[in-house]
Amino acid sequence: MTFDLAIIWAGIIGFGIIMYVIMDGFDLGLGILYPFAPDEEARDVMMNSVAPVWDGNETWLVLGGAGLLGAFPLVYSVFLPALYIGVFLMLAGLIFRGISFEFRFKSKKNRHWWNRAFCWGSAVATFAQGAVVGAYIQGFAVEDFVYVGGALDWLTPFTVLTGLGMMAGYSLLGATWLILKSEGHVQQWAYRIAPKLLLAVLAVFAIVSIWTPLVSLEVRERWLSQLHLIWIFPILALVCAAVLYRAVKRQKEGLPFVMALGLFIFTYLGLIASKWPVIVPPNYTIWDASSAPESQLFLLIGVLFVIPIVLAYTAWSYWVFRGKVKVGEGYH
Amino acid sequence: MDLDPLLLSRLQFAFVVSFHAIFPVFTIGLASYIAVLHGLFYKTENPAWDRLALFWTKVFAVVFGMGVVSGIVMSFQFGTNWSNFSYATANFLGPVLSYEVVTAFFLEAAFLGVLLFGRNKVPEGVHLFAAIMVAIGTFISSFWILSANSWMQTPAGFEMIDGRFHIVSWTEAIFNPSFWYRFTHMGLASFLTGGFVVAGVSAWFLLRKRDVEANKKALSMCLWLLLILTPAQAVVGDFHGLNTLEHQPTKVAAMEGNWETSSNVPLLLFAIPDKDSQSNLFEIGIPNLASIVLTHSAEGEVPGISAVPVDEQPPVAIVFWSFRIMVGLGFLMIGVALAGLFLRRKGRVFESPLYHKVLVGMIASPFVAVLAGWIVTEAGRAPWLVYGVMSHAQGLTPSLTGGMALFTLIGYIGVYSVVFLVGVYYLSRVVRQGMLDEPQEVQGEIERAKRPFSAAHTPFDDDTDNRIEGANA
Repeated sequence: MTFDLAIIWAGIIGFGIIMYVIMDGFDLGLGILYPFAPDEEARDVMMNSVAPVWDGNETWLVLGGAGLLGAFPLVYSVFLPALYIGVFLMLAGLIFRGISFEFRFKSKKNRHWWNRAFCWGSAVATFAQGAVVGAYIQGFAVEDFVYVGGALDWLTPFTVLTGLGMMAGYSLLGATWLILKSEGHVQQWAYRIAPKLLLAVLAVFAIVSIWTPLVSLEVRERWLSQLHLIWIFPILALVCAAVLYRAVKRQKEGLPFVMALGLFIFTYLGLIASKWPVIVPPNYTIWDASSAPESQLFLLIGVLFVIPIVLAYTAWSYWVFRGKVKVGEGYH
Repeated sequence: MDLDPLLLSRLQFAFVVSFHAIFPVFTIGLASYIAVLHGLFYKTENPAWDRLALFWTKVFAVVFGMGVVSGIVMSFQFGTNWSNFSYATANFLGPVLSYEVVTAFFLEAAFLGVLLFGRNKVPEGVHLFAAIMVAIGTFISSFWILSANSWMQTPAGFEMIDGRFHIVSWTEAIFNPSFWYRFTHMGLASFLTGGFVVAGVSAWFLLRKRDVEANKKALSMCLWLLLILTPAQAVVGDFHGLNTLEHQPTKVAAMEGNWETSSNVPLLLFAIPDKDSQSNLFEIGIPNLASIVLTHSAEGEVPGISAVPVDEQPPVAIVFWSFRIMVGLGFLMIGVALAGLFLRRKGRVFESPLYHKVLVGMIASPFVAVLAGWIVTEAGRAPWLVYGVMSHAQGLTPSLTGGMALFTLIGYIGVYSVVFLVGVYYLSRVVRQGMLDEPQEVQGEIERAKRPFSAAHTPFDDDTDNRIEGANA
């Protein structure tokens, strides 16, 4: 075979993950910010600003879950047992916030319950996702292709930090999204909280950057002993942070969100560059983790057919619901 | 504390998959019904069909939404609790389950939105086409899921390399020996479920004299459908049983409660199977009938459970009784459908409150029958996860402890209870609201294909709307 299916699949899965992170990121972030919103009007605007588009995000999650089983079964059969409790918490969180999208607007006297479900579901799901990233950096106890660690190995001070960092990061995405989509007092509130969230993200970013080489030998090797283009990613991430800060201070509307996306994307690329081609740390590469080539090929046909449709559908959703969300009205 | 992760994982999977299954089994049938209603409206321009289609589309939206929620959990179950199984079978199950997701997405993105929200916005012909495509899409989804399941029951088209399944023939694997039997049996079960629910709800409306004309039409249609499909399901089920006899004789032995391989086996109506003594403690049966049903000869030999070692025997009592519940309900359904034909001749099918009450009571029966049938086929293959190749114990996640499994089992029961209670409560409000002339807008509501609930504009609690009260009075 002239092309390497494992690399193609790594590209597809990697693309799917970042699509999920940045797209579900801002609506999960709005959920975390929910209790801090100035008033119920602002909450209406917040939910209305994501209600038309958040639904496509779960597609990436399910496609990612099924795609991993099809293309990299080792990832699936190590990560899920290792993160057993975390996976349950994440799913429970996503379910509760999912149904609160359905019922909040249909309720009056029970609305506060749906507010709570939306906030707690978002917070728990986000923390779990951040902890997954931390656990991935830490690596897993795997012997002979089987996870042999304990139920709570993933829960360490390091993963708690990455979990909290993810909450700060998604909140930042949420706040900058709200700057883009709202106006008046809601937008002013978002302008006020964005710099604080950015500061929190940068603090976690700094601690994780120092801590990571300490928990992972391979990462230390790669960052320190070889002079790589790898340093470009954290530098670009910091540039995004600086531009984001200035843009918020100058009350720009679109730029803060774009820069927040950039911050996420470059951090993500930096993380991949630290680990590549290891997919189940510390030892297994994408080739070790692959399913049979004929299986990867069989699935590739369907996925290559549907990904353009997913992207077109997503783009169309954002286009249809472009523009500001006003207080007291949904999209009609 | 001595908790068995294997038993708890099996309970957890049985719980989440049973909970999930009740939604698609209904929506598959209902989607086809809605397509038929749209077709009738397109052809006759009779507004009754349109009102029925609108009402049932709202119900479909809510049930579909609940199915999606519970389906997300399913796609993680294999990895969390059955990681050895996932790893070994990923070459087949990975692509097949992914294709299900891909199909489902395609259906939702392209056609569900048009079906749910396109009324009065797209031409009638386009709306009809979307309804047909959604109905076909639900069948394609079930095609992949049943292919995966029947491959585990009757694995084919693979070779084992280093403990992992490698597919040598995709057609043999996908269209494995029991696939078509399962697919047909399940497809008919979905139609029966849709039929009995629509018939029951129509009867409920007729009892209350609401929308009489439209509901008479709906009831009449369903009764004709059930009259044909209930006996057809019995025939298909019989063929499915013969296929099982060929590939999984021990399962059939457990269904019949027959311990020793022998001829002239009676069909047991009642028995208390006992694994310790490898016999039934008590039994009542019809002589020779099991031999006749399974081999078409009284002298025919029926396999016995004791032919396999005790540790390869399924839980006989569960299989035996679930099978009787399924078949018993099947015969009850045939009876109710025939009664409909009888009452129709006398012209009382739309007038008899007793018959309508029976139909309301029958709403639950297809769901119970489907779950019982799944218990027969899933418990009946124990201890095999992939029949004859990989056992439940071999497929279990090695790092899983009893405590972890118990934690998530209780967790899922808790989460699903809330979702289910909220969903069913809301569904009952949608149904009681019935066929309003104009769908009402709820402030701030945004209609989206992937949030199917948004198609039902029924408010969640009372103080947002008082039309419900009026409708109930």
